[in-house]
Amino acid sequence: MRTAMANRLTPYLFMAPAAIIMALALMYPLGYMIWGSFREWNPSQTIGEAEFVGLKNYIFLWNDPNFHESLGVTLKFAFFVVTIEMVIGVGLALLLDRDIRGMSFLRTMFILPMMIAPVVVGLMWRYMYHPTVGTFNRTLDGLGIPTVDWLGQYALMSVIIADIWQWTPFIFILALAALQSLPRSALEAARIDGATPWQQIIHIKLPLMMPVLIVTALLRLIDAFKVLEVILVMTEGGPGLSTEILALRISRTATEFRELGVAAAMSNYLLILLLLLTVGMFAFNRWQEARAAKLHAQVEEEA
Amino acid sequence: MPTIRLDSLVKRYGDVEVLHGIDLEMADNEFTVLVGPSGCGKSTTLRMIAGLEDVSDGEIFVNDNPVSHLEPKERDLAMVFQDYALYPHMNVAQNISFALRLARRPKAEIDAKVKEVADMVGLTEFLARKPGALSGGQRQRVAMARALAKDSGIFLFDEPLSNLDAKLRGQMRAELAMMSQRVEKNMIYVTHDQIEAMTLADRIVVMHGGYIQQQGTPEELFKRPVNKFVAGFMGMPPMNFLDGEFVERDGEIFVSGQGFDVRLEGEVARKASSHGNKAVTLGVRPSDLSFDGAAEPARSLTLDVLVSEYVGAQSVLLCKCGAAQVMVEINSETPVALGQTLIFAVNSGGIHLFDRASEVAL
Ligand SMILES: Nc1ncnc2c1ncn2[C@@H]1O[C@H](COP(=O)(O)OP(=O)(O)OP(=O)(O)O)[C@@H](O)[C@H]1O
Ligand SMILES: [Mg+2]
Repeated sequence: MRTAMANRLTPYLFMAPAAIIMALALMYPLGYMIWGSFREWNPSQTIGEAEFVGLKNYIFLWNDPNFHESLGVTLKFAFFVVTIEMVIGVGLALLLDRDIRGMSFLRTMFILPMMIAPVVVGLMWRYMYHPTVGTFNRTLDGLGIPTVDWLGQYALMSVIIADIWQWTPFIFILALAALQSLPRSALEAARIDGATPWQQIIHIKLPLMMPVLIVTALLRLIDAFKVLEVILVMTEGGPGLSTEILALRISRTATEFRELGVAAAMSNYLLILLLLLTVGMFAFNRWQEARAAKLHAQVEEEA
Repeated sequence: MPTIRLDSLVKRYGDVEVLHGIDLEMADNEFTVLVGPSGCGKSTTLRMIAGLEDVSDGEIFVNDNPVSHLEPKERDLAMVFQDYALYPHMNVAQNISFALRLARRPKAEIDAKVKEVADMVGLTEFLARKPGALSGGQRQRVAMARALAKDSGIFLFDEPLSNLDAKLRGQMRAELAMMSQRVEKNMIYVTHDQIEAMTLADRIVVMHGGYIQQQGTPEELFKRPVNKFVAGFMGMPPMNFLDGEFVERDGEIFVSGQGFDVRLEGEVARKASSHGNKAVTLGVRPSDLSFDGAAEPARSLTLDVLVSEYVGAQSVLLCKCGAAQVMVEINSETPVALGQTLIFAVNSGGIHLFDRASEVAL
């Protein structure tokens, strides 16, 4: 009896140190942020000195047009970036899923952008977008086409393009992996059943890749909500507020406006948004597993 | 109904040639079975006919038209894959109707067809299920139904029963045999199970190492194998082989070797006397050896029992004859002790002779 109990507790005992460190490392900053978001808090004060103001920061943000603008930019950015990256990434994967000489080299080339540090990507694109000496405008000029004020007039679009360049490979490799794990013989059966390459994609490949694609899209979406470095380096949120995504606004609120409480509240709004997305993702997984389990149970029953 | 002809079909993977010129002609409504040991090129042959593998050399003719440049869907065929190859995200009805839906047939026609074939293979109550929720045997039948629904002239099967347990396999084999009589199609069936081959085939093609060894009706292959490989491959338990020499004595011809000395008669004796080479292999099927203590010594084998396997009404005995091992069948009721010496008569007509060097039948 006693040994049974001890046996049951042993694993928890071994896990305890790791669990405690994890909890401290994760929970402490998180708790600090939540705690701070209820205070009128200036960087020169310690958190204890700051005045408790209840939900004031949250209510202020709820009515703040600048916050709305920033949230709108973030949503727009995330929507376009994820949609376009999914289309290009999956399209490329469908195109390059074949055994041709040099294909593995090509695949490696395609995933290179993902390996570059975001700050470097930002710098690179800032120079390429430069109104007079940038690669794009020099090329346009050379061809006699009127130049474009990339980071001025089309700032959000330009930032979106840079993000697409960097993160499409992520979707590309996941989609390719999903494609290559598809049952080969089902595709052969489809060929015999008379499916054209296009019909194979629509009726067989895409539906079978769908679970992976949905998770991939969610991961990208979560990431896109938090993007900071590339935009910071390229536009610093400007011109005006046109590219000021939430992460950037949070950092400016804390450093420039010196309102740590408001910044913390904003972070919490973002956190809630991301939590909803993550929960959505888990719910989707759970739903899929439950469905599979139900079908399995059905078979068992009949056997 | 199409006729299929393979004209010196060759398959190479890089530098490795795995099929060395397959010539084969399959008539209308014929059930052709390709058999052979693992890796002999059965699947490759079938997949080339289906258009899933490129033809390296030679040509495939359907109704005398070359088809090797055509896509699978242009070849008017249906295929049942070894691993079923069902579409996991579609339910049974959608799996069965996929080809018809791609061909944009009218909905009423599709529904009627699905119902008809589902009925034929006994799947009506599972139409709304996904393949993941079906047992192996049910999936097998979905694969069959999907092929049937296409109504094409040629049916290809790649070891469709290999994943089933023995009982289900026997059941499906019987269903297949009945089905092949009901639907008039040209069927090509790959298996390495020679019982399936014997029971289903109008014509069996035995392959080995990328060559066709022999083709013919099951009876032809069983009674008149052209070489030692085919003789050993067809029939269960397999044929016994004993190495020996021709010896002439008193105007009669004997095959003589370690532990046996068998007199040849009739047709076999004539063939033996006209054969130049003296070194031969004697082949006798277990079913051509009958337990008979009073048998004439020159028409019998004297065997020492090594192992006895009880398989029901019959026991299979593994015995020693000289240096060779011989399998025989005996009524299980007969008391047999290990190490006992028994005499088995060789049935007339049960003697096969092969040249020992070339392994070709005399
Ligand atoms: N992609 C490939 N590359 C190289 N060799 C191959 C390839 N596919 C098959 N082979 C070779 O071709 C030969 C014939 O293969 P095949 O699949 O036709 O055998 P099989 O008769 O169907 O055997 P089994 O009964 O095991 O299914 C084998 O020796 C195999 O190693
Ligand atoms: Mg095979």
